Amino acid sequence: MITIQACLDGLLLGILFALIAYGMALQWGVMNIINIAQGDLVILGGYIAYFMYLYGIHPAWGVIVSPIIMYFVGIAIYKLVINKVVDRDLFISILATFGISILFMQLMNFAFGADVVLANSGYGTTMLFDNNVVLPNSKIFSAFISIVFAICLVVYMKRSKLGRAIRATAQNARAAKILGVDTEKVYAATFGINAALCGVAGALISITFTIHPYMGLPYTIRSFMIVIVAGLGNLPGVAMSGMGLGIFEEFADYILGTEFRIGSVFLLLVLILVYRRFKLSRKREYLK
Amino acid sequence: MKIKNILITFVSAIALLFSTSVVSFAKVVGDKIILGAAISLTGKYSSNGVHTQNGYNMAVDRINSMGGVKVGGKTYKFDIIYYDDESNPKRAAQLAERLISQDKVEFMLGPYSSGLTKAIAPVTEKYGVPMVEANGASRSLFTKGYKYLFAVLAPANLYLDVAIRTAVELNGGKGVRIAQAFEQDAFSQDVRLGILDAAKETGSEIIIDDKLPKELNDMAATLVKVKQMKPDVLVVSGHTKGALTAIRQISEMKVDVPMLAMTHCDAAKLSKQHGKNSQYALCASQWHKTLTYKDDFFKDGMTYAADFQKEFGYDPPYQSAESSAALLVFKDAFERANTFDQKKVRDALAATNMQTFYGNIKFAPGGQNVDKPMVLFQVMCDAGGKCENKVVAPLKWASAELIHPIPKWSER
Repeated sequence: MITIQACLDGLLLGILFALIAYGMALQWGVMNIINIAQGDLVILGGYIAYFMYLYGIHPAWGVIVSPIIMYFVGIAIYKLVINKVVDRDLFISILATFGISILFMQLMNFAFGADVVLANSGYGTTMLFDNNVVLPNSKIFSAFISIVFAICLVVYMKRSKLGRAIRATAQNARAAKILGVDTEKVYAATFGINAALCGVAGALISITFTIHPYMGLPYTIRSFMIVIVAGLGNLPGVAMSGMGLGIFEEFADYILGTEFRIGSVFLLLVLILVYRRFKLSRKREYLK
Repeated sequence: MKIKNILITFVSAIALLFSTSVVSFAKVVGDKIILGAAISLTGKYSSNGVHTQNGYNMAVDRINSMGGVKVGGKTYKFDIIYYDDESNPKRAAQLAERLISQDKVEFMLGPYSSGLTKAIAPVTEKYGVPMVEANGASRSLFTKGYKYLFAVLAPANLYLDVAIRTAVELNGGKGVRIAQAFEQDAFSQDVRLGILDAAKETGSEIIIDDKLPKELNDMAATLVKVKQMKPDVLVVSGHTKGALTAIRQISEMKVDVPMLAMTHCDAAKLSKQHGKNSQYALCASQWHKTLTYKDDFFKDGMTYAADFQKEFGYDPPYQSAESSAALLVFKDAFERANTFDQKKVRDALAATNMQTFYGNIKFAPGGQNVDKPMVLFQVMCDAGGKCENKVVAPLKWASAELIHPIPKWSER
């Protein structure tokens, strides 16, 4: 029974991670930017849902409202910072997003205070196998919404004009530009979409877990790892490795103890980095 | 040109001389006793930092308006120089240096949290500056042989000790089976040591002993174990995150346990954030407003709470109450020492034996307060879903009867 419980817990958690990682993969693939502020965007999205909850609106609506607001936050970050570093090397962009991350943490702390907060969904619990396996409905809801958003995004990327432009830019920015794609617009939209995905994930996290201005980094690390395992532009891979990571974490927690939970994620990251270091040397060129 | 240069040098030298000489009077200027404090006004401890500052300010205003401090036949008023330590231990230590060597402060108030107090204590000790602190409970603070550190609060290892003893008592004096989960930080680990001691003394058995990571927001794995092994008591300590996460997941996973004991419930605003789901949780607290300790300045807990509410607009958490008590201790020590000599004030502090609205205060040689027991309150909700914290242990201070065992989720 414990095995089933751990698998299901991990699976539901992993789907949520995969959503965050998908945003990171998208922008990494298109712009060659590793966004250290990913987790902080997630937390900011969570605060939006939390504030709706405070004002008496059910926090589940956060999954609609939060991405809309976060999309514009993403565009703003792109215009203010990212477009100045997008054509530089990876190191500069990591530094820039690291700076954004610190700034966001402090601003959130300043604006929302250092208290740990959460939004109650009141969704209750599902009991399975003669009450031996318990699944909070909020986690099921999170996984479901994550899947819905992921599917919408895949369809959007395949069908819409902007989606095609994004994919074209990811394949070859120079060629896309010659063929009339406004790469600047594509970059901005990509960053906005990523922030919107973070917004959705954040709203879901405020419903399932807790949020706090300084809690972003573990989400950045997890999505970074998922993307490295899956490779860029590989959505099924991201979903699979997300779920895999979720289950791995739960089992590490059961077997090694909760204190090694995050530690085992870091250890896995190191192992995978060593294993994949040659495959990461993919190069990309940029046009302004 | 040359003359002008000489003139400038001369004027700046005089200015410098003046500035240093003004500063060097800063410890006691005119009728003011200036205390120094590094407080977390920004960073991760900022909410509790503000509670601490509010507590200090409230006591300063009260003591000053009620006649101040009488030393050597003269009346002095308290004043505090605050710096923001950004919740960062390194910064706190730097600021302590600055307060002592630049601002020439001769008496210090503590920062918020054990970690920051640990960073500051070596500095105050080095300069022989007496520090009364109200928010560092870690046991390791009191085992280093510090001579100038005094804490008005009970040390961390006593936080949940009462809970275990109460559980054993309710079990007819027989040992109980304990499940515990503690964050891996100095404070929570001290609480854990206290539980280990209590378990040993009462012949209780620890069946789950999990450590929680700093980035804690999921403890489902621990709770699954709890469901399987059915302990008599579940003890959780991981600051506000731990309290909130535990209640959320215990209610979602319908974990039935006869007794649930935690720390940081009031800092986490448990009953407000979780409402009825937090019902029956036992929480360790340094202070509760219904305790009947008394003093001349704040009268008693209820009056303090009402005055605090009026001034700051919220119910005082124990962090504020203990911070206010620190000032009462300083006033008492200054008056008994009847001088501002640091050594004599230190000796007077060591000899403190008084009652404040916050509790009795008497320091052990290590500097911790040994005369004030921790209290346990239980979250109790009425039918309308309005929840309140009521003191249930120790029995002497109880304002309500402990509900034990906690009703099963299926019966709620």
